Amino acid sequence: MKITNWGNYPVVDAAVHSPESVDELKKIVSSHPEMIARGLGRCYGDSSLNYTIVSTLRFNHLLAFDEQTGIIICESGVSFSELLEIFVPRGWFLPVTPGTKFVTVGGAIASDVHGKNHHIAGSFSNHLEWVKILLGDGSIVQCSKDENSDLFWSTCGGMGLTGIIVEASFKMLKIETAYIRQRVIKTKNLDETIEAFEANKYWTYSVAWIDCLAKGNSLGRSALILGEHATKNEVGYRYRNPLKIEKRMSIPFPFFLPNFVLNSQTVKIFNEIRYSAYVSKDSFVEYEPFFYPLDVISHWNRMYGKRGFTQYQFVLPKESSKEGLKKLLTKITESGEGSFLAVLKLFGKQEGLLSFPREGFTLALDFVISPTTLKLFNELDILVNEYGGRLYLSKDVRMTKDVFEKGYSNFNKFSNLKKKYDVQQKFQSLQSKRIGI
Amino acid sequence: MNSEKYILIIGAGSDIARPLAYLYAKAGYGIYLASRNIEKLNRDANDIKLRFNVETQAYKFDVTETAVHQKFYDSLPIKPIGVICLAGTLGEQKKSEQDFTKTKNVLEVNFSGLVSIIHIVANDLEQRKEGFIVGVSSVAGEKGRKSNYVYASAKAGFTTFLSGLRNRLFTSHVQVLTVHPGFIRTKMIEGRETLGIITASPEEVAKDIFIAQQSGKDFIYSKWFWRFIMLVFKMIPESMIKKLDLK
Ligand SMILES: Cc1cc2nc3c(=O)[nH]c(=O)nc-3n(C[C@H](O)[C@H](O)[C@H](O)COP(=O)(O)OP(=O)(O)OC[C@H]3O[C@@H](n4cnc5c(N)ncnc54)[C@H](O)[C@@H]3O)c2cc1C
Ligand SMILES: NC(=O)c1ccc[n+]([C@@H]2O[C@H](COP(=O)([O-])OP(=O)(O)OC[C@H]3O[C@@H](n4cnc5c(N)ncnc54)[C@H](OP(=O)(O)O)[C@@H]3O)[C@@H](O)[C@H]2O)c1
Repeated sequence: MKITNWGNYPVVDAAVHSPESVDELKKIVSSHPEMIARGLGRCYGDSSLNYTIVSTLRFNHLLAFDEQTGIIICESGVSFSELLEIFVPRGWFLPVTPGTKFVTVGGAIASDVHGKNHHIAGSFSNHLEWVKILLGDGSIVQCSKDENSDLFWSTCGGMGLTGIIVEASFKMLKIETAYIRQRVIKTKNLDETIEAFEANKYWTYSVAWIDCLAKGNSLGRSALILGEHATKNEVGYRYRNPLKIEKRMSIPFPFFLPNFVLNSQTVKIFNEIRYSAYVSKDSFVEYEPFFYPLDVISHWNRMYGKRGFTQYQFVLPKESSKEGLKKLLTKITESGEGSFLAVLKLFGKQEGLLSFPREGFTLALDFVISPTTLKLFNELDILVNEYGGRLYLSKDVRMTKDVFEKGYSNFNKFSNLKKKYDVQQKFQSLQSKRIGI
Repeated sequence: MNSEKYILIIGAGSDIARPLAYLYAKAGYGIYLASRNIEKLNRDANDIKLRFNVETQAYKFDVTETAVHQKFYDSLPIKPIGVICLAGTLGEQKKSEQDFTKTKNVLEVNFSGLVSIIHIVANDLEQRKEGFIVGVSSVAGEKGRKSNYVYASAKAGFTTFLSGLRNRLFTSHVQVLTVHPGFIRTKMIEGRETLGIITASPEEVAKDIFIAQQSGKDFIYSKWFWRFIMLVFKMIPESMIKKLDLK
């Protein structure tokens, strides 16, 4: 079966197993020498690809929910979109969510995903009560910050390389409404953008859409978007049931766009339009457009055509963020390789051996995969390493072993733990082979 | 959490059962799940309860144990407003040709055992003058092929049974819906190569069933285009069919 993840590159012909129960899962794990777990395939590259894939999508039972504490227990294939549909009307929200709701709980743990609230709430692992993992020897081990903590910290952010996550428990966030009180602040350049992040860090959610084609004095101009869960009092009089939102249709992107449609000209126009479309103001918006603006169009990745695309996401330490961002942004604008999407965000502190976040700024840019962009990435890699930063494994499809090791100083510790828990080296992906873990 | 209307799913071990139960639970129905693998059903029942806050119960039930069908039905605390039969087994054609006990099981699971439980439900609904009966048969039942004619003939019998029952229950306002799926991506055909675009997901079939039942239909194909595939297939005369190497 041909399988590819969100970036449509690479495509592999893989045997996909979709177990429904732990017994079936154990049989698959014991009868194959090598495999990798896969959820909804929303990583961009090859993190969940190998020639044997264990899909968790039929492994999606809810197991328990405590209405008092908001603590949920579920299987790893349950998706965030299912959880939102079930729990938002009951007054609960995800403690941390990435920019798409089409991820599984297992994928969220393995990538230790971050949201717009990282500076306040940390990453997803921060909200886990415990995780149960099926190891290569067929045993199921429960781990948490206090129990088998070395396994816990290598599994959160561990890209599926310690074993297959079967169940997890985490605490949902109590909300009064399904709305977000949003504030938009427009900035004229990078300095202003960074200042605005600092000045507004008490907001729970913050993210900036950066116009990555603006040059010179306007380099780094952005629309900073801030948000708080709206209270009943704030919106109460407007909506009869403030937890209920009319279901919207998602519009499918119907086909792969011919490659010539997206070029530096159209991307520039798009960035212009988007920057000017934002006006500095306060408003109430539904949670979906706030958190998942792109999910409205399913398969928007087809917009990039069949050649595939990737996201270049790096984080720089706080001390070097400003200078580093300027350097990297200049390099990108000079290259003329437009990025459709460029998102800037401030991270707080973070644990986890391979977890991506660390205190500082992270920038994510989407690019079509081509010889020129690949060359640009190599140049950016050097700068990222120089400034002490690293790239997000979940978005990566081309990072070298060297760049990985320079960015993730705990990689040795991780490798040793992987050897301890995955003695037979059963859990491997195309990515893990490339970067040598 | 108190549901007034219940549906009974026979053969709830099918991959179609959970997506189907979700649709009914969302519409406020309570759910009875019945088939042999009770551990699986308990896990499913708990999941459905947590998701939709509706009463859900799992029952160990074997279509072939007809002697206890009445007792099973009597034990349901609130009688269902509808029954949906998903139970079925493909069996192994080659083995069925040699061993009648194998053949008998295929006939019972796909046909005679279902007749037993459906008649019990039908008699109750007929008296109550309400409700529905959904039988999932198969396009396979429309024409025999050497690769699966034991299964196919049981499905043919089941389809004919349902059409007669529909006729009988018409005056009692009981709906009888026959569903003819084509290929469905379930464990029944796992490992077999089927053409991707004509193979439906269990979710799609569940949705087709739910919509057809709620809108009072008698018969559907799932997916809809099988109607045309079968139309063409059935036009080929037997004199030609017999010569084909039909898989
Ligand atoms: C539009 C878009 C926006 C995004 N925004 C963000 C964002 O804001 N923040 C962020 O952090 N990420 C973001 N992502 C990335 C995404 O959140 C991660 O890639 C996530 O891991 C995808 O989950 P998945 O279920 O699709 O897993 P997959 O993509 O299938 O797999 C991802 C990794 O998880 C592992 N894995 C999956 N399930 C299991 C399991 N049960 N046990 C063990 N390992 C498992 C896989 O082996 C693989 O290494 C975004 C992605 C997209 C497409
Ligand atoms: N898959 C296809 O391509 C396809 C095509 C056309 C029609 N269909 C029909 O669609 C229906 C659902 O099939 P499916 O594809 O979901 O197949 P399936 O996965 O094999 O499901 C059928 C279910 O029937 C139950 N069952 C089998 N024998 C039973 C018995 N003696 N008593 C009680 N329950 C029994 C099993 O559950 P337990 O193990 O828990 O008992 C099983 O899960 C069947 O009627 C099938 O014939 C399928």
